[in-house]
Amino acid sequence: MAKSTITFEDINVTVTVPAGTRIIEVSEKVGSGITYGCREGDCGTCIMKVTNGWNHLTEPSVLEDKVLRENMAGKHNRLACQAQALGGEISVKPV
Amino acid sequence: MNEAELIDKQGCPKAVELSESVHWIGALDPNLRTFDIILKTANGTTYNAYAIRGSEGVAVVDTVKEGFADDFFARLESVADYDEIKVIVLNHLEPDHTGALPELMRRAPGARLFISQKAQAMLKALLKQDQMSYTPVLTGDRVSLGDRTLEFLHTPYLHWPDTQCTYLSEERMLFSGDVFGCHFCDNRLFNDRAGDFRFSFEYYYAHIMRPFKDYVVRALDLIEPLPISVIAPTHGPILRDRPERYIRRYRQLSGPSLESEISPEQKTLLIFYISSYGNTQRMAEAVYSGAMQVQDVRVSLYDLEGGEIEPFVDLIEEADGLVFGTPTINGDAVKPVWDLLSSLTVINIKTKLGGVFGSYGWTGEGVPLVEDRLRGLKMRVPIPGLRVKLIPTDEELEACREFGLQLAQELMGLRARKVIDMADLV
Repeated sequence: MAKSTITFEDINVTVTVPAGTRIIEVSEKVGSGITYGCREGDCGTCIMKVTNGWNHLTEPSVLEDKVLRENMAGKHNRLACQAQALGGEISVKPV
Repeated sequence: MNEAELIDKQGCPKAVELSESVHWIGALDPNLRTFDIILKTANGTTYNAYAIRGSEGVAVVDTVKEGFADDFFARLESVADYDEIKVIVLNHLEPDHTGALPELMRRAPGARLFISQKAQAMLKALLKQDQMSYTPVLTGDRVSLGDRTLEFLHTPYLHWPDTQCTYLSEERMLFSGDVFGCHFCDNRLFNDRAGDFRFSFEYYYAHIMRPFKDYVVRALDLIEPLPISVIAPTHGPILRDRPERYIRRYRQLSGPSLESEISPEQKTLLIFYISSYGNTQRMAEAVYSGAMQVQDVRVSLYDLEGGEIEPFVDLIEEADGLVFGTPTINGDAVKPVWDLLSSLTVINIKTKLGGVFGSYGWTGEGVPLVEDRLRGLKMRVPIPGLRVKLIPTDEELEACREFGLQLAQELMGLRARKVIDMADLV
């Protein structure tokens, strides 16, 4: 199975994950500061900054794009509860 | 000036002249005592709005709180007809400045609304109107009134994302929104006539602008080069007497609250604790001793029982790392810790390093609860919190020293990145 690495910059931890893993599945377990609200792509609480490997994440859905816009998200921001790792090296941090 | 000049002979509110082409058309709210939940005011506030007349039309800059719309419209009507209004500018969308907007747009259908880029997403949510058309503007964008020109300055997060300032170059007037404002109601309106509002000015900055110091500095970089003879804010006195003093004061207030005692290569780590039987205190002293081992980390240890919150907030604003020691009582961290943690919204602590430890008797919820709070405040919490059941043993005190050491190393960037496999995560 394809692997990906997700580095949580705020806590300096890198996790090796199977492709398809959502950021939410690991960030809390390792103690990253990304915080969650609804956990289903609706509230925008878990907006994170992708500092590396933007293209190694699934494309945001129309609904995620809408939530990002409504929350005035910056460039390369994603919802941690929605974004899935596809492979390669990815780095993220809370905004 | 006295109150009589704010009303005409028939007792109707009338506009007040700033210059031949600019009038104050706002409202007084002398009975307000609490603003936005977080602010007190001993003598109310004003909602300042302005009308600017050019050779090709009139602009209205900001409106007032909804309940004060009658005064606003009466003053506007004393200097302009609605069909003359070509431009409406909102420097800030908070309801105390947009309360009269829907009615103003209904009465002046020929006017074009100008808001900041960041205001677009908020406009619909605030005014609950789908079909409102507007022009979003950024720094350098201009709108002409013929012989008068409005120029926009993009000054976000002062104190909402949408905030902007508007500059009238022909008059050297800055319509600053909430920046340089204060909650002080005085019917003499101008800073050279109003009572002593220095406390209100400083208090307003401390509660409204201080969390956004970085953005204040960026705004000042745009404002300071402009020739300014009048600052016209949305609250409090209009600053026409030596307005540069207020700009200078904002620059001072946006610097560090305390003179720096440390050299540039050093970082500061503050350890706050409170202890009922001395167990969390012993842990704190061990954490302190561990952190002291790392060169260039200036570590300080504070017993919350012996301090006031406000000076601690000043210290925290300038610190690089914060560690909290709390016992667990009845399943929670203790009140003095929460009191301090609930007082940090007036400063910016995003991305500061955080850590938590504490002694407990049964289940020790206090530590993870405070860790969650630190994460909620957008602090980094890279080292898992440390809990000790009741009296710490020598081994547990050694773990506290190691905890302090790791925090200090993290602060100095000396810890190696941890690499783990997802399958190993619990």
